[in-house]
Amino acid sequence: MLSEKERKLLAETWDTLTPVAEYIGSDALLRMFTNFPGSKTYFSHLNISAGSPHLFSHGKKIVLAIAEGARDISQLTITLAPLQTYHAYVLRIDPSNFKLFSHCMLISLACHMGEDFTPVLHAAMDKYLSAFAAVLAEKYR
Amino acid sequence: MVEWTEQERGIINSIMGSLDYDDVGPKALTRCLIVYPWTQRYFVAFGNLYNAEAIKTNPNIAAHGIKILHGLDRAMKNMDDIKATYAELSVLHSEKLHVDPDNFRLLADCLTIVIAAKMGNAFTPDIQGAWQKFLAVVVSALGRQYH
Repeated sequence: MLSEKERKLLAETWDTLTPVAEYIGSDALLRMFTNFPGSKTYFSHLNISAGSPHLFSHGKKIVLAIAEGARDISQLTITLAPLQTYHAYVLRIDPSNFKLFSHCMLISLACHMGEDFTPVLHAAMDKYLSAFAAVLAEKYR
Repeated sequence: MVEWTEQERGIINSIMGSLDYDDVGPKALTRCLIVYPWTQRYFVAFGNLYNAEAIKTNPNIAAHGIKILHGLDRAMKNMDDIKATYAELSVLHSEKLHVDPDNFRLLADCLTIVIAAKMGNAFTPDIQGAWQKFLAVVVSALGRQYH
């Protein structure tokens, strides 16, 4: 459950992260691929090695979607509707991977923001990413 | 038995060696209590945990955070048999403290975030891997004696 204060904090934070979407997104993905090799199985058609253009473009895509959702969290289901369908019927990524990605995203944010990644922001972010993942998996079954 | 490469040992020792336990311990524990508020259930006797500020300035919590890091230090110094090193601690957490072992993982994640924030980009994906492996072994050992 996200409070008004948390929603505002998240909207502001993701706004400042949008310019570095490529950087944050690729970092989180690389951390996930390195530490949870099973997650790589969904990317056999791309080059996901460190520094690859695919990693940057894909990371950017993901972060921009997360940032878009944060602009108005109350509309998350509407905002994510197309992505819900895409993940459920086309990508069919096992939702356990969303958790792994969220974990790595939190670490990327900590590395990037340092002391600014306060416990209060960390809590809000963790809740938001969980909600995002849950909405994304809604059409699976 | 857990196998550690020379590189992994180096990484763990280097990270732990760079930490000020008096600073990182309290930071990790307070973060856990703020991010996962249900963990506060084990600290009812520690005083005011009403909000983030209260938790961050609570001296009992700070002292406990330091204790925890020193406990982790023992695991680092006995990496080849963390299970035996923590057997007594595991019994304590199970029989006396009645802590759900899932909480160890939550605290471990918060400690990882504190270290990532401190190290920035130096906390590379590979270093993250070694560190997470170490904490996973620690978490497993702490839960080992539960029955």
